[in-house]
Amino acid sequence: MQTFDLEAQGLRALNASLHALKGLTNQTAWEIINPKGSHAIAVGVDAPIEITVRGSTGYYCAGMNKQATIRVKGSAGPGVAENMMSGTVIVDGDASQYAGATGNGGLLVIKGNAASRCGISMKGIDIVVHGNIGHMSCFMAQSGNVVVLGDAGDALGDSLYEARLFVRGSVKSLGADCIEKEMRPEHLALLADLLKRGEADGKAKPEEFKRYGSARKLYNFNIDNASAY
Amino acid sequence: MSDFPHTPPRFSATFSPAINAEIRRAAASGIYDIRGAGTKRHLPHFDDLLFLGASISRYPLEGYREKCTTDVWLGTRFAKKPIHLDIPVTIAGMSFGSLSGPAKEALGRGASEAGTSTTTGDGGMTEEERGHSKTLVYQVLPSRYGMNPDDLRRADCIEIVVGQGAKPGGGGMLLGQKITDRVAKMRNLPKGIDQRSSSRHPDWTGPDDLEIKILEIREITDWEKPIYVKVGGARPYYDTALAVKAGADVVVLDGMQGGTAATQDVFIEHVGMPILACIPLAVQALQDLGMHRKVQLIVSGGIRTGADVAKAMAMGADAVAIGTAALIALGDNDPKLEAEYQKLGTTADAYDDWHEGKDPAGITTQNPELFNRFDPVLGGRRLKNYLKVMTLEAQTIARACGKNSLHNLEPEDLCALTIEAAAMAGIPIAGTKWIPGKTGF
Ligand SMILES: Cc1cc2nc3c(=O)[nH]c(=O)nc-3n(C[C@H](O)[C@H](O)[C@H](O)COP(=O)(O)O)c2cc1C
Repeated sequence: MQTFDLEAQGLRALNASLHALKGLTNQTAWEIINPKGSHAIAVGVDAPIEITVRGSTGYYCAGMNKQATIRVKGSAGPGVAENMMSGTVIVDGDASQYAGATGNGGLLVIKGNAASRCGISMKGIDIVVHGNIGHMSCFMAQSGNVVVLGDAGDALGDSLYEARLFVRGSVKSLGADCIEKEMRPEHLALLADLLKRGEADGKAKPEEFKRYGSARKLYNFNIDNASAY
Repeated sequence: MSDFPHTPPRFSATFSPAINAEIRRAAASGIYDIRGAGTKRHLPHFDDLLFLGASISRYPLEGYREKCTTDVWLGTRFAKKPIHLDIPVTIAGMSFGSLSGPAKEALGRGASEAGTSTTTGDGGMTEEERGHSKTLVYQVLPSRYGMNPDDLRRADCIEIVVGQGAKPGGGGMLLGQKITDRVAKMRNLPKGIDQRSSSRHPDWTGPDDLEIKILEIREITDWEKPIYVKVGGARPYYDTALAVKAGADVVVLDGMQGGTAATQDVFIEHVGMPILACIPLAVQALQDLGMHRKVQLIVSGGIRTGADVAKAMAMGADAVAIGTAALIALGDNDPKLEAEYQKLGTTADAYDDWHEGKDPAGITTQNPELFNRFDPVLGGRRLKNYLKVMTLEAQTIARACGKNSLHNLEPEDLCALTIEAAAMAGIPIAGTKWIPGKTGF
C-alpha cells in the first residue's frame, strides 16, 4: 500500500505518480490522506489500481477515470467521475452536482445522496445512488443506467435519449419526453446485477423500482411539439 | 379609368420580397430556417479599414529581400509544450459530422503543409484529422461527444468552447440526415435522429468553475498542452478577462460573421457583435491585466484575405482562424458545380444548406457517394496554396508598413473609412484624428 499525503506532497505530484502507473500493475493499492476538499484528485488515471481517498474531495475527483477503483471515504464535490470511461468510483458520503456527468462507462456508486444534474449527458456509465437525486438529473442522458434507491427531484430525464432510469421512491416530476415504462424481466435482471455491484443488494429489491425512459417524441423536430422544447 | 399615369409598383423596404418569402416559408413549414455559413447581412468589417503604408517618416522594408517573420508561439503562459506555428492563420474547429472524413483529412493535409494547426469540433477526433494534422487542437464542447482522455492526450492543444460567433449562447444541431452509423457511434446516439448539442457545459457554470475545469484538464494532461478558451463575440472585454483569470493560455474570439454548420438563421443574423468591434475590447482586457502577448489572442469571423489577417493582427491579435474560407478553398460553392446547385434550388456562392448533407462538393456531407467525389490530396494542396497566399499578402502589407514581423503591425498603421468602423475598431477616420467615442470632434 502506497500512502500519499496530498497536503504535504501536492496535487501535481499525486496525479503525475498515478499517471506513471499506466501499463504497470505492481503498485495496486493507494491511499490518499489529507484530501481536504482539493479539486481534481486522481484524475485521468489509466491503470487497474485501487485508490482510497480518506476524506472529502472537491471538484472532479476521479475525472475521466479508466480502469481504477477509486473509493472516497467522505463526500465528493461537483463532477465526481465526470466523463469516466471504465473502472469503479464509490463515494461513501454524498455527491454534489453533475455526478457522473457525460460518463462513457464504468460504475459510479454514491452511498448518500446526489445533488442536481446527476448523470447529465451520460453516455454509457452506470450510476447507483443509495439516497436521493436532485433536479434535472439525467438531462439529455444518452445511454447507460441510473438506479436510485430514494427519490428523484424535478424534471427527471429531461430530453432523454436512450439511458434507462430506475427509481424506487417518488419522482417529483418527469422532464420533457421522459415517461414511465414497463418493467420487463430483462430489466429486473439488469437491476439485480446493478444493485449487487452497487453494494445495495441488501437494501432494495428490483421489484420495488419503476423504470423511466425516453418517449422518443423529440428525436426529430416537429413543430407541434414546440412547447415541449 | 383616368388617363393619368399609374403609380408604378413599389416594394416596401420593411416588407421586402425576401422578408415576405420568409414569412410564407415559415407559415407553410412551421419551422425556423436553419442553415450553414455565417451572417449574410452587410456589417462593418475589415474592408472598412485601410493601411497607411510607408512615407518619408516611415520607411518600408524591401519587398523580396528583407525578412518579415510570420511564425507564432501559442500557449506560452502555462503549457509545458507550447506550440509553434509557421503562419498565424489557423484552421477553426469544424465538427466531423458537419464535415466529411475526406474534408477533415484535406484540412489536416493543407494546414500541416502550410505549417499551421487544425481543430477538431463537435463529435470528437477522427483518425483522418489526427493522422494528417501535425498540430491538432482538440475541442472540449458542451455536448462532450466523443470526449475521452486518450484523445485529450494525443491532442497538441485543448480548446474549451464556451461559444461561437454565429450563435453566442446557442447550442449545436446536426440533423438526422447527417447522422450515419459512424457519426452515431462516435456520439453514442441512435442513427437518424436530430442531434442537439447543449449550449451550456454539463459540469461547470461560471468563471470560478471554469478555473477548476481547466485545472482538471491540465492535471489529466500533465500540464503539457496549451489550453484555449473560445468565446463568441458577445461581451469580449469581460469574457477575455474571465478566461485569463480562469487560467487560459490562449483566448479564441469568434465574431458574429463566424460560420457555422447548422444554426437558425435568426440566430446567425441577429445575435453577437462583428469581429471588428470585438478585437479592441479583448485587447483592452488583455492590456488591462498586463497579459497582452502573454495570453495569445486568436480571432475569427469572416477572415478571407491576407489583408484581413494583417488588419486583425495590427489591431492586436496574435493569430487568426478561418472556417468558411478554408471550405471555399477546398472547393465548396464552386461555380463549376452550378448545375448541381441549381438542382438543389440554389446557386454557387449562395449554397448554405450545409446541414442537409447534400453538398455536391462532398465537403459538408456524410453521404459516401458525395464525399467520395472529393479528393483530399487535391483539396489539401488547394488549402495549402490559399494559406500561403494569405501569408504572402499579409507580409506584403507588413513590409510596406516597415514591419519585419506580422506581429509588429500596430493600430497606428491603420485608418478607417467609415464612422462605424472607426468607432468599433478604435481607429481614426482617414485624414482625421477622430475616433468616435474616444477623441473629441
Ligand atoms: C462547417 C462548420 C462547422 C463548425 N463547427 C464548429 C464546431 O464544431 N465547434 C466550434 O467551436 N465551431 C465550429 N464552427 C465555427 C468555426 O470554428 C469558426 O468559429 C468560424 O467558422 C469562423 O468564422 P469564418 O467561417 O467566417 O472563418 C464551425 C464552422 C463551420 C463553417
